[in-house]
Amino acid sequence: MTSRRRFLALACGAFAAGEVAAQLDPNIQALRRAALESAIRKVTGDKPVRTGKVKLEVPPLIDNGNTVPLSVFVDNPMTAADHVKSIHVFTEKNPQPYVVSVYLGPRSGRASITTRARIADTGKVIAIAQLSDGTFWSDSVSVVVTLSACLEDGLI
Amino acid sequence: MARVVISVPASTKRGEVIEIKTLAAHVMETGFRRTQTGELIPRDIITQLVCTYNGVEVFRAELHPAMAANPLLAFTTVATESGTLEFKWTGDNGYAATQSASITVT
Amino acid sequence: MRSFALVLGVFCTLLAAGEIPLAERRSGYQFMSRETRAMQDDDATNPALLWLLDGEALWNRKEAPAGVACSTCHTGMQGVAARYPVVKKRPINLEQQINVCRTERQKAPPLAYESRELLALTAYVARQSRGMPVDIAWNETTGPFLSAGRDTFNRRQGQLNLACAQCHDDNWGKRLAGSVIPQAHPTGYPLYRLEWQGIGSLQRRLRNCLTGIRAEVPAYGAPELVELELYLMWRARGMKLETPAVRP
Repeated sequence: MTSRRRFLALACGAFAAGEVAAQLDPNIQALRRAALESAIRKVTGDKPVRTGKVKLEVPPLIDNGNTVPLSVFVDNPMTAADHVKSIHVFTEKNPQPYVVSVYLGPRSGRASITTRARIADTGKVIAIAQLSDGTFWSDSVSVVVTLSACLEDGLI
Repeated sequence: MARVVISVPASTKRGEVIEIKTLAAHVMETGFRRTQTGELIPRDIITQLVCTYNGVEVFRAELHPAMAANPLLAFTTVATESGTLEFKWTGDNGYAATQSASITVT
Repeated sequence: MRSFALVLGVFCTLLAAGEIPLAERRSGYQFMSRETRAMQDDDATNPALLWLLDGEALWNRKEAPAGVACSTCHTGMQGVAARYPVVKKRPINLEQQINVCRTERQKAPPLAYESRELLALTAYVARQSRGMPVDIAWNETTGPFLSAGRDTFNRRQGQLNLACAQCHDDNWGKRLAGSVIPQAHPTGYPLYRLEWQGIGSLQRRLRNCLTGIRAEVPAYGAPELVELELYLMWRARGMKLETPAVRP
């Protein structure tokens, strides 16, 4: 998680720029973007990922980044011939990009999962589904994460 | 005590898609947090949940540190026959928990 | 760092004096997002369920050496949590009452404050009053302690020199560093707080706030904390208990 000192220092500058995105050190941001791309590539193996069929539901404004309700639905008949094999969820800004990978099949009946994630910082959440025909489909949601006003541990 | 709880309908009709909700008590320590003196707190998470229906795997999830504490995983399965749904959680430091539920399919 | 944000927030808001009129009271539930509310509402997936199940087991467990369980004497706890804290010689809260029963009736050692076991048992007991109105009266017995609690609520404290009332009576509904300020009615305790990633008591939350305003934090069970609990519950009189609530 971004250190609060840094967050406030950047926030003062960011007010002028009017952008919420510039919170992470640019080096860290670049490293995390690379980690995200590498994680996605491990799942998709360089095959193209199209947007569509997948519906990722995450609240756009998050009460608390520690526990964020998250659901993924894929529009798919879930038959032996045509089903969702797996769904993978990633975040853009977390210290590591993976959230969860679930493996489904025709016995699932529906491609629908619900869970709760940790989202450290304002940014994108991405869901990628692999279908039985080998294609990959995705959806992404941009979320804003707020920090708690008062913390228990005292001064940082 | 490895507390887990599952919610499965007790009885249903053949072919119906049923919802299964699972909760596991676990701190899901990410491995990225530090103590007040700067030491890294080691990772300690649940890494996998497998659900089998009369012995056949119908759902598997791989969990990472970005899953919230006390992880919830809700999914669906087709009610094919009466029998037992078994749930097995495994994780770091030898964490293991199991739970089962009977289901009557008419 | 946190203080900078707080001072900025306070300067930016207009301060009005006075308690919240009874008809305008809102539970913290109403200040949460739809998704967090859904977490509280679904009994099967409310994370506090994990503690409720533990609490049920503890309720029925015969404690050594006397072999007495809570269930040996008590048939049910409906309505109990809605009346706590009660004033015997002094106000005692539900956690303290449970420990009184443990030591005097069960001859068992008391459970530590904020221990998983005490939280589970308290949650299990309080859950049985869910939906019932908070029932605390201002009378001859409770009066002096309620006054003390009210004074604490209205007194400026800590390095930030803030009183509870300034945020929770005067500026509820507005934002403090991105979070919405609730009215601070403890209708859901013990509750699952997303920030804690676990269940906690009202006293934990109060101590959390006091840390936030950089005030001295009394020990768990301190008389001034129990008096403040009593006042806050009286302030929420008539509102429905929601235990176990979920809050950000």
